[in-house]
Amino acid sequence: MQTTSHLPVSRWTAYKKGWTGFWKEYSRNRIGVVGLALLTFFVLMGLLGPSVAPYDPVAAVGDILQPPTALHLLGTNEVGQDILSQLLYGAQPSLIVGFAAAGISAVVGSLVGLMAGYYEGYAGDLLMRFTDVFLVIPALPLMVVLGAILGPTLFSIVIAIALVGWTGTARLVRSQTLSVKQLAFVESSKASGARDYYVIFSHIVPNVIPVIFAQTVLVIANSILSAAVLTFLGLGNPSTITWGQMLEFAFTSGAVTTAWWYVMSPGLCIMFVVLSFSLVGYSLDAIFNPRTKKA
Amino acid sequence: MGIEYAVKKLGQSIATIFFVLTFNFFLFRILPGNPFALLFRGPGFSRELVNQLNSQFGLDQPLWLQYVKYLENTLVGNLGISYTYRSPVLDILIPRLMNTVILLLTATVISVALGIGMGLIAGWRRGGKIDLAFSTSTLLLYSMPTFWLGLILLFVGVIYFGLPVSGMVSLNGELANPLAPASIVDLLRHMVLPCLTLVLGLTGEYVLIMKGSLLDVFTEDYMLTAKAKGISNAKLLRDHAFKNAALPMTTLIAINLGLAVGGAIQTETIFTWPGIGLLTYQALLTRDYPVLQGCFLVVAVAVILMNFLADLLYGYLDPRIRTA
Amino acid sequence: MLSVEGLRVYYQTNRGLLKAVDGVSFAVEKGEIVGLVGESACGKTTVAMSIMKLLPTGARVYDGTIQFLGKDILNAADEHLRNIRWKQISIIFQGALNSLNPVLTVREQISEGILAHETVDKKTIDSRIDTLFRYVGLDPARKKDYPHEFSGGMKQRIMIAMALACNPALVIADEPTTALDVVVQHQILDLIRSLREKLQISMLLITHDLSVVAELSDKIAIMYAGKIVEFGDTFQIFENPKHPYTRALLKSIPRMQGSKTRLAYISGSVPDLTRPVPSCRFFERCPYAQKRCAEVEPEIEQVGQNQSVACHFWRDIQSQ
Repeated sequence: MQTTSHLPVSRWTAYKKGWTGFWKEYSRNRIGVVGLALLTFFVLMGLLGPSVAPYDPVAAVGDILQPPTALHLLGTNEVGQDILSQLLYGAQPSLIVGFAAAGISAVVGSLVGLMAGYYEGYAGDLLMRFTDVFLVIPALPLMVVLGAILGPTLFSIVIAIALVGWTGTARLVRSQTLSVKQLAFVESSKASGARDYYVIFSHIVPNVIPVIFAQTVLVIANSILSAAVLTFLGLGNPSTITWGQMLEFAFTSGAVTTAWWYVMSPGLCIMFVVLSFSLVGYSLDAIFNPRTKKA
Repeated sequence: MGIEYAVKKLGQSIATIFFVLTFNFFLFRILPGNPFALLFRGPGFSRELVNQLNSQFGLDQPLWLQYVKYLENTLVGNLGISYTYRSPVLDILIPRLMNTVILLLTATVISVALGIGMGLIAGWRRGGKIDLAFSTSTLLLYSMPTFWLGLILLFVGVIYFGLPVSGMVSLNGELANPLAPASIVDLLRHMVLPCLTLVLGLTGEYVLIMKGSLLDVFTEDYMLTAKAKGISNAKLLRDHAFKNAALPMTTLIAINLGLAVGGAIQTETIFTWPGIGLLTYQALLTRDYPVLQGCFLVVAVAVILMNFLADLLYGYLDPRIRTA
Repeated sequence: MLSVEGLRVYYQTNRGLLKAVDGVSFAVEKGEIVGLVGESACGKTTVAMSIMKLLPTGARVYDGTIQFLGKDILNAADEHLRNIRWKQISIIFQGALNSLNPVLTVREQISEGILAHETVDKKTIDSRIDTLFRYVGLDPARKKDYPHEFSGGMKQRIMIAMALACNPALVIADEPTTALDVVVQHQILDLIRSLREKLQISMLLITHDLSVVAELSDKIAIMYAGKIVEFGDTFQIFENPKHPYTRALLKSIPRMQGSKTRLAYISGSVPDLTRPVPSCRFFERCPYAQKRCAEVEPEIEQVGQNQSVACHFWRDIQSQ
């Protein structure tokens, strides 16, 4: 009979070791620390970008399509706007879209996963079939159609991504729920007459949260990536500067074959921000997910 | 092969397709702004055309009747009329689909071959420099948006290698014969960059899964038994490790198809490859909803069918399912 | 035939060097079945894997010699080892559930073992497999089936048949009955016994189950915490155990006859093999322990023909 003293579900729970214990474990992985550093950098960029930007991003302050100079460190675009300033202003919306979409995915996916895992049998099965269907439908075409119908705003991008991205979390949460359900203290709780939602929320959820957290970080990475693609394809709001939007303008204005600084700057930002979240997500996953084998 | 298995998979596929069709139907009706009307009132449609569509799709009938008509129409291939082309959507889609298939098929074959090869090496020499190099490059490539990778390759390819900027074939009267060697070379030259973009994006996943699968297999007991028999390393790797590790790859190829399609949309847009991905982009720009919807349907159904075929293939390759 | 001297095999773990096998010596003569008995993690499987050089990464042989048919095989070249494997020494693994490759037919797996060492045509192989199958009590027609189509007991029989395919001089059986239920266990033991009579094979039988050893082996080596504590003729060991551990083991076998008594057991647990101490390894659990036992490790000494024990006070214990 298993006791709570060694939960086989999660090798680690925040509630047991506290934040210092967590940091000790996390910092063992150098890659994870690098990822975290990068992530912090970009979050700071999002928060402080507008304050340190040298120019107003929408003002035409220079000649069009200038390569990087001392005045404009990353050059100018086809309207004469300073690319560095646009980059700094664009960090915030680019990140927010990712967070928002991932947040919704996480909530929806977790609820579906919890329900499917807790209420096995017909209902649970049906939920999983539903999830599987969404997994098979190709993601980008679906997001494109959704985005087209909802209109060219950041909000529609968030919804489109969330509607497609919840499935991964759902599957993970379901399998975790199934494992936690087996534990003795859950059974005894049920046997002593606790109501279902009590069991779910005070026993199962705390044990599942760490894994959801790790997974959501990865979902953020994916969401930022998808947001960039959707914006590039023209589904974003042209009056809001995001990194994807910058690339869209670069492409539609025909500047791509000449202005390498215009293409590289936002692209590198996207790549590194996605990389940073991925690294952090994988490191968290290695700590929290009992299924991830140690190297 | 287990007939139950095949039937079960077929049933699932049909159910999924059905779901997609239904989802598609309601998508245009549930959302605010009555986008459904958008499907059938294209700018410049003649009165007769509008009436014809009205009766075909039952636009003034109750919802459930519309749904039935929609299913009927879809099954016979009537996906509406395009705004921009004024012709049936399916007629526009099919040739474009062929072009995409050429691109995706080539890219998938190359990616799978590379993925298996590199995955085997990475797994065999685990922890070595090669393994590390593969992992790092895979992670970096995965963090890049496909279209951005395409942009970089476009830039480099056109300026430094003189590859064609766009399209699938050069618009040259002399190359009118598609089977002439010159035409084939021309096609290949146009295909290099978009194919490379897709391959770089897809291979990483295959390498990862192959390596992971291989490492899992190495821990299995039967590997020890095989080694104890004193067979050669080559035979060990081929008959025992690879044959077992490669099984998950078949299903992976199908799963990846969804991703591949997404990559194709971006790649075709960048390189103006006249496939269904570019058509999606163009339909998006012009808000040609019938075509947009048609692209989504066709692509979704194609992916579902490919998944089904992959499941069948897997069922054939794995003796545990084959002899069930 | 097989002679192991002073074998030391250590594992590199993140808690330090695990001395899994720390000075093990024994021998298997031609036509003999020697049982290697001990509780889980005492090192017996490591000994078996060392003989075939099948140790996992992280394990290294630090000392000792293993001689097979008069030749050193510990330092032998890979090529030579590959020749010996299966042809001269074969293994029957435990947990036959996963020891057979699921994507190859049984016939393919047995024939690859044969083909790795002999050049024979397909017909000969097939007839050999048929004979082997009949030996182990399986229907030869089923050789083209896949492993998952057989039950656990049948898979173990397949493993046995496969191990005999090249007529090896020595067969190592690593827990051949552990993963099976009692009825099937009995059948397998009967099978091994009849094969031994028919084929005169030499065997190293590794198990934690004393009853299995009692039935099959001629000699027994008792292993504890990486060392052999007693070695001798089966009969002698059962009648007259000399090492306290052996005595305790035998005592803990529940008896069917006689009055009801409390179940005897050995208190305590196995010492941490990453931090061995100079004392006798059994010191903490030994009911006869004395001061000397905590300070000096007992050497194994011959105490009769074919019998040896590693204990300071075995003579005194004897007389009790």
